[in-house]
Amino acid sequence: MAISLKKNPVDMIFSFITAVASLSVLILIAGILYVLFLESSLAIKKFGVLQFIASTDWDPVKRLFGAATNLYGTAITTMLSLLIAIPVAIGIAIFVTEIAPNFLKGPIGIAIELLAAIPSIIYGMWGLFTLAPIMSNYIEPALKSTIGKLPLISILFAGTPLGIDILTASTILGIMIIPFTASVSRDSFNLTPSVVKESAYALGATKWEVVKSVVLPYSKLGVFGGIVLSLGRALGETMAVAFVLGNNHQITTSLLDAAATITVTLANEFTEADTDIYLSSLFYLALLLFVMSFITLSIAKFFLIRAERKFSR
Amino acid sequence: MSRENLRKMENFIALALCTLAAMFGLFWLIFILGDVLRHGISALNISLFVNDPVPPGIEGGGLRNAFVGHLLITSCATLIGVPIGVLGGTFLAEYARGRKIARAISVLSDIMVSIPSIVVGAFIYAVIVKPFGHFSGWAGAVALAIIMIPVVLRTTEDMLSLVPLTLREAAFALGAPYYKVIIQIVYRGAAAGILTGILLSIGRVVGETAPLLFTSFNNSFFSVNMNGPVSSLTVTVFQYAMGPYDTWHAQAWAASLMITIFILLLTILGRLILKWRYSKR
Amino acid sequence: MNGNIIKIEVKGLNFYYSGGAQGLKDISLSMYQNAVTALIGPSGCGKTTFLRCLNRMHDLYPDNRYEGEIWMDEKNILQRDIDLIELRSRIGMVFQKPTPFPMSIFENIAFGLKLRGIKKKTEIAERVEKALKDAALWDETKDRLHGSALALSGGQQQRLCIARAVAVEPEVVLMDEPCSALDPIATAKIEDLIMKLKKNYTVVIVTHNMQQAARVSDYTAFLYLGAIIEYDLTDKIFTNPTNKHTEDYITGRFG
Repeated sequence: MAISLKKNPVDMIFSFITAVASLSVLILIAGILYVLFLESSLAIKKFGVLQFIASTDWDPVKRLFGAATNLYGTAITTMLSLLIAIPVAIGIAIFVTEIAPNFLKGPIGIAIELLAAIPSIIYGMWGLFTLAPIMSNYIEPALKSTIGKLPLISILFAGTPLGIDILTASTILGIMIIPFTASVSRDSFNLTPSVVKESAYALGATKWEVVKSVVLPYSKLGVFGGIVLSLGRALGETMAVAFVLGNNHQITTSLLDAAATITVTLANEFTEADTDIYLSSLFYLALLLFVMSFITLSIAKFFLIRAERKFSR
Repeated sequence: MSRENLRKMENFIALALCTLAAMFGLFWLIFILGDVLRHGISALNISLFVNDPVPPGIEGGGLRNAFVGHLLITSCATLIGVPIGVLGGTFLAEYARGRKIARAISVLSDIMVSIPSIVVGAFIYAVIVKPFGHFSGWAGAVALAIIMIPVVLRTTEDMLSLVPLTLREAAFALGAPYYKVIIQIVYRGAAAGILTGILLSIGRVVGETAPLLFTSFNNSFFSVNMNGPVSSLTVTVFQYAMGPYDTWHAQAWAASLMITIFILLLTILGRLILKWRYSKR
Repeated sequence: MNGNIIKIEVKGLNFYYSGGAQGLKDISLSMYQNAVTALIGPSGCGKTTFLRCLNRMHDLYPDNRYEGEIWMDEKNILQRDIDLIELRSRIGMVFQKPTPFPMSIFENIAFGLKLRGIKKKTEIAERVEKALKDAALWDETKDRLHGSALALSGGQQQRLCIARAVAVEPEVVLMDEPCSALDPIATAKIEDLIMKLKKNYTVVIVTHNMQQAARVSDYTAFLYLGAIIEYDLTDKIFTNPTNKHTEDYITGRFG
């Protein structure tokens, strides 16, 4: 329903102003896309699209640039961090909605939301000063001497554990998106009609059976949407990884090596770019990141909308 | 083992795993907060707030420039972002209520909320920093405002939608024009919710670093000139933490603590306002 | 008997919702000045739809369509060029659920007065007091005029809404089931008020409570499926209806 009553001249002006303000979102999205495209046109012309994506070059001296190392870094840190965050976040969501006694549900819920509000730079700095030493002194040697001894897997843990590496960065990123993923999953779980849960309990189902066969199937669209949303967040995260990833433009097989993500490259090199093609290549990276995030977030939104619709019908 | 016992066993194990997962997650998060608190408090002192940075090795430097600069950039961002966000949300919830365009802008705003903030920084670098030829506080403020707009817009839309339609009809029935209905009735009805949205959006940008790196840049001197580079706490934390000096590290912890406390207070305040509002109804 | 002067005359009114569904079919009736006209009928019969035609409330939502004429004081209010804001300031409305604005009791009433361009503080204060007295709410609220209207009880809120509607001295007051959300004691107070209101106003009330219609109204219209089945003096409708449908409804055999 739209309220239509615009005869009054002041109303015409006011509605026009509000319309312009809301269109600013569209203008910004289009503007960002356009400007990034324009700024990267030099690099697009020189390196093309597929070649740029596939090339592992990143040589400011020879002025040769490619996105592959950055894309690889972004992909692997994002995937690893989700691997860490998803089980924990869903565990938290189940704990908060189904297991925790009532007096704990509220406080834990608030705690999760507060933790989601902590800025990423805090996570990044904590990672540099606290987690990185722990990783290099205890966790990484432990991993190396246990599962790192297995054939094939040993490749993942080759090299000296220094703490400034893919594994540490992914762990921090994972910890950082836990509250966010947990909060979206919890909201999805809460959409399950309590009547349906009650009828399962009435049949003599255990708590876990209710979660497994009622709550999870009911909320799978929403949880999936939440996970993709977290993926979108992790893709574009800068500060949580900038401290501990190093800035190494190489594709490495070991998780104990430094790497570079798109965001870290941008953060470290943007103000240092001394040639036009260098800067243009950085804008090209930003464009790729924007497009990737936009697509990921759109997919997430698509699932979240469908999940919502399912319950509003 | 009987079937029943097997089921109970499975139930116990699964629930225990979930509880463990929750404890594991909360453990790290408490660890992080505890660390920030521990390092931060030990580095807090008066000179941090009243002195400007001094070269490494000299005692008594502070981050006055960064505190003031951060406040300045965030305030300007709020002044730009909040009006646009509130007005935009008003269009979606009022003049365009239920129209396809409102739905589309609403969905796109939700996407914008999660767009990488460093991309916004790059965008502002291209449209403000490059044409003017230098970094500036204004560029940083505009970058933060861009991040605020979709947040404020969406909460405003949601909060206005919660105001019952009959309240608007009652005002129309008195012969009020729509803009008066919105400004005098609907805004007042949704004021607490909109305020919460604004507080949360400030909380969202006050901890942002990436969009400031190449917009407002950094400035080791005290400066309130928004046309030149302005120091901010977050960029300073990044620079100091990556730097080689212990005094820098200590100051970075202290600054992190202040940012964290400020954001937690904002978040709690926002929740309290909402709670107070809903319990009254 | 009140009301020999016709205040509102409806001629061949059809109403279509934006989806195309017809809400009202060929409605014609005359409503008299200083009388209470009750609209009764089963849910979905169109009584609220009809009421909302009288102040063009349907115009708030796009693509609703009227056909026919509604004459009020020599003017067809369904005309396209009619000033809705002016129209609505002549026709007050009270809703099913109380709709206090999120402001103080005083400001709630002053809101409508300010819309009329009344700026003098003393005049506003006088008229707020008069409206509250008219709505039998003055004694309960005189000590808390600047407290929030949301803190009033449901019945008090509804009387506040009536006070707000009459403060601007409209010619007609529309009431859409004003007691449906209230307890019996609050309902009795509002019914008293309605009977007092007709001294100064023309009142049209929608109700699903037939006893209420019988108690407060002078004329009653029975609507069914969007059409007027019978319209007459209330006494006549409730004692000696001519139509079988009306009789069945009034005696509770359907609806």
